[in-house]
Amino acid sequence: METRYFGKPLKRNEDHRLLTGKALFVDDVTLPGMLHVAFKRSDFAHGRILEIDVQAALERPGVVAVYTAEDLGDYHQPGPLLLPAPPIEGAVFHPRMQVPLAKDKVRHVGEPIAVVVARSRYIAEDAAEEIFVDIEPLDAVVDLEGALDPDTPKIHDDLESNLAAHVVQSKGDFDSVVDKAHRVVRRRFFYDHGIAAAMENRGIVASWDARDQQLEIWDTTQAPIAIRNGLAGMLGLAESQVRVVAPFIGGGFGPKIMMFYPEEVLLPWISMRLGWPVKWIEDRAENFVATTHERAQIHEAALAVDENGKILGVEDTFIHDAGAYNPYGLTVPINSQCTLLGPYDVPNYRSEFTVVYTNKTLVTPYRGAGRQHGVFVMERLLDLAAKELGLDVVEIRRRNFLPPDAFPHDHGLIYQDFSSLVYDSGNYEPALDKAVKLIDFAGFESGSSEIEPHKRRGIGIVCYVEGTGIGPYEGAKVTVEPSGTVSVVTGVGTQGQGHFTSFAQVVGEQIGVDPTKIRVVTGDTRLFHWGAGTFASRGAVVAGNACHAAALDVRKKILKMAGELLEAPEEDLELVDGKAQVKGVPAKAIELGELASLANPMRGAVEPGTEPGLEATTYFGPKHGSTASGVHAMEVEVDLETYDVKILRYVVVHDCGTVINPLILEGQIQGGVAQGIGNAFYEQILYGDDGQLLNGSFMDYLLPTSMDVPNVVGDHVETPSPLNPLGIKGAGEAGAIPVGALFAQAVEHALRDEGLEILEIPLSPNRLFELLHDREGIASTEESGS
Amino acid sequence: MDTMTREHPSSQQPEQGTSSRQIPITVTVNGQKRHGVVEPRLLLSDFLRHDLGLTGTHVGCEHGVCGACTVLMDGDSVRSCLVLAVQAHERELVTVEGLASGDTLHPLQQALRESHGLQCGFCTPGILMSMVPFLEENPNPTEEEIRIALSGNLCRCTGYQKIVEGVALAAEMMAEGSSPEDVGGAES
Repeated sequence: METRYFGKPLKRNEDHRLLTGKALFVDDVTLPGMLHVAFKRSDFAHGRILEIDVQAALERPGVVAVYTAEDLGDYHQPGPLLLPAPPIEGAVFHPRMQVPLAKDKVRHVGEPIAVVVARSRYIAEDAAEEIFVDIEPLDAVVDLEGALDPDTPKIHDDLESNLAAHVVQSKGDFDSVVDKAHRVVRRRFFYDHGIAAAMENRGIVASWDARDQQLEIWDTTQAPIAIRNGLAGMLGLAESQVRVVAPFIGGGFGPKIMMFYPEEVLLPWISMRLGWPVKWIEDRAENFVATTHERAQIHEAALAVDENGKILGVEDTFIHDAGAYNPYGLTVPINSQCTLLGPYDVPNYRSEFTVVYTNKTLVTPYRGAGRQHGVFVMERLLDLAAKELGLDVVEIRRRNFLPPDAFPHDHGLIYQDFSSLVYDSGNYEPALDKAVKLIDFAGFESGSSEIEPHKRRGIGIVCYVEGTGIGPYEGAKVTVEPSGTVSVVTGVGTQGQGHFTSFAQVVGEQIGVDPTKIRVVTGDTRLFHWGAGTFASRGAVVAGNACHAAALDVRKKILKMAGELLEAPEEDLELVDGKAQVKGVPAKAIELGELASLANPMRGAVEPGTEPGLEATTYFGPKHGSTASGVHAMEVEVDLETYDVKILRYVVVHDCGTVINPLILEGQIQGGVAQGIGNAFYEQILYGDDGQLLNGSFMDYLLPTSMDVPNVVGDHVETPSPLNPLGIKGAGEAGAIPVGALFAQAVEHALRDEGLEILEIPLSPNRLFELLHDREGIASTEESGS
Repeated sequence: MDTMTREHPSSQQPEQGTSSRQIPITVTVNGQKRHGVVEPRLLLSDFLRHDLGLTGTHVGCEHGVCGACTVLMDGDSVRSCLVLAVQAHERELVTVEGLASGDTLHPLQQALRESHGLQCGFCTPGILMSMVPFLEENPNPTEEEIRIALSGNLCRCTGYQKIVEGVALAAEMMAEGSSPEDVGGAES
């Protein structure tokens, strides 16, 4: 019998290296003669550069070079623009891209102005301190809503205003249902999303070898192939002259797929210019201002329902903060716009967003990538409507789910991948039922909120969908070597998702090899140079299916050869323990390694058209993304003396289609929940009116610790995706997306005697205190349709 | 804004800075005597990683919050980004590279693999070096005690639950003195 590896909770292949300190991270790369780089960055959010004097820096012993924008010549180019305007009728998009080094003007604190190359990082930082930059400060644009005021300074002088984009998408006709509605719930929502704060900061090592005309780069990127291709173009090299390696990456979560960071553009150029390897490793203070953020959106939204709580329509108008530049296009606000619809049947929808430039660090996707903003708005609207109608929060959701026979469901909107927003499959009610049971929702409802005099308990439950696994494609190369070792190479980078194990399981399943004997390499463009990267919960879906397809091709080659050698029909063969054998006759078998040797003859003739070796390179591209879904529930205790919120129980019931490795999946969900909790109650990037980041350290920007994140109880529903052979949907972001909405609902429920409405995230003990003691702070209006 | 470049240093001598003051130090790392000549300001984390090549110790924040750079100094957990290399003179250090004996992983290393207590693995060396002395002091900890001890180490991937489970499992394994199931893998 062929052994099953797929779907098993196998321990990870990569752990041994990571646990013994032997895994290679970018900062571990050391090359002979390597020089070190530090940046002089802007202390001002907005200003004109009047003068830069690098002389003192250049004179410091140990300094090799100092460069400003002037020195870059034609290499000083903005961009590139990663994603153009989406194909949405009437969409307005004014992209302005970051430059390698600021010239004339600075537009956010932390923007690089000059770069120092020295013998050590210590010297480089000393010298960077000595660079004199005279900046004439301009008023900073910080407030989202004020960004478009006519008297607000312009961030990009060539634009008419700070408007970066304006997009309207709709289906049905919302206006037509307002008058018919039993109720229209209308509120203003504020949702602020924090920063990724991966434990490893960014870093780059670049090494130009003039003798063999090769550029090697180690980069903490989620998209090594795109970095290679882009840099080759900028530097005038053939793509094959550039090798980008994304080795072990200490957490990505989105910002490490932003490209191109100024440092990414500069380090290779410096290495080519000086002829020496150069290294730059971001420090945490830089990470807060120079690595991209996610931040706030302000929504004005309305939900129209009939007397049974059925959704008639939703209208949402929101404003999105792009930061100082917008190379990543409109991915984040489009995600917000599309994900708002959730698992619900929304016949009429109008969504309009405005993107504005501000004097802050750039906004690009961070785990969830705008989806949580949309989920927050929808879930809060449903909670408010339920309250008005006297329905419970579970019931109003149940009544509005898209039924299992509604799929594929085309919303008639354009999603972030520029294809139609089509839900491939879904079955939402079983997940809700499971979550209700696991959290004992009914049992709790009957109880009182008051447990101790100063403590209040509440419960919450929310639903969401997540568009995952978008195209265009990924590829994989599977090779059986003569030693019997199997190698799998794919283009996506890995940042802790367990690719070395789950891809090995996918391949092992098809060719009968134990996954511990399969060597997976990701993120080295010399070994595989086709693909897009790791983002949008797509690694397992797209690269996983590419591995599957390549393994199937190798399986076919194995069966054909083994059938001939063993003189047995292919259908009588099985692949077990690294051998091809006649079913049930272990004596009639041949090792895969031996087959691989025979497939690469040194003498003699082969049939025309024969490919050598047991190897296949195969690609997979889905028609469009697959839609995962889930339900989160939790019970909280709010302390009315400290305003701390303690999570007593947390439940996740998740549907990501077929599961490759349940252990890894659990880890992804739990980790996502932890980031969601950070987003909901601990983390918020704070800017002063002058555009200074006020809490740029881990002392001030709080990440949740082991004391703050509860144990998560999980369960699954499996609704396979019809869009890929393995039936997989993505899971990477699912844990993080609905937590803000859940937090608001559960805390509001705990404080139900206070009649508080929570229309914003993140909360914090301080903010909760303010909300309870300063009700003026809550902006809300209500209207009744009938 | 005119800039220029100078000659690349032809010498490959280690040089951390411009301070003329260089101090010879001797430390014992993972049982081996190691020598270095360092500037007074050189961080122990940089000395370990760049001068001694022990890159298993990771640097996540350089202000003593994340705990990724934790090593043992005379048996106690310290943040090597908050210690100067010169302060480690004549001290005994253990880094993550010193935990396993040969091919046999420390029970805590084994247990974290069993429990899936790591994802990207960047914070893991610091977590190991914080939890090893904790388990020595408290061989039979409750979940709450583990969570308190772990609260000085940030992990952005796991949500901590599986690390807590791994530390509890390690305590069990160490109490029984048993070797858990084969921890081998493609790379062991």
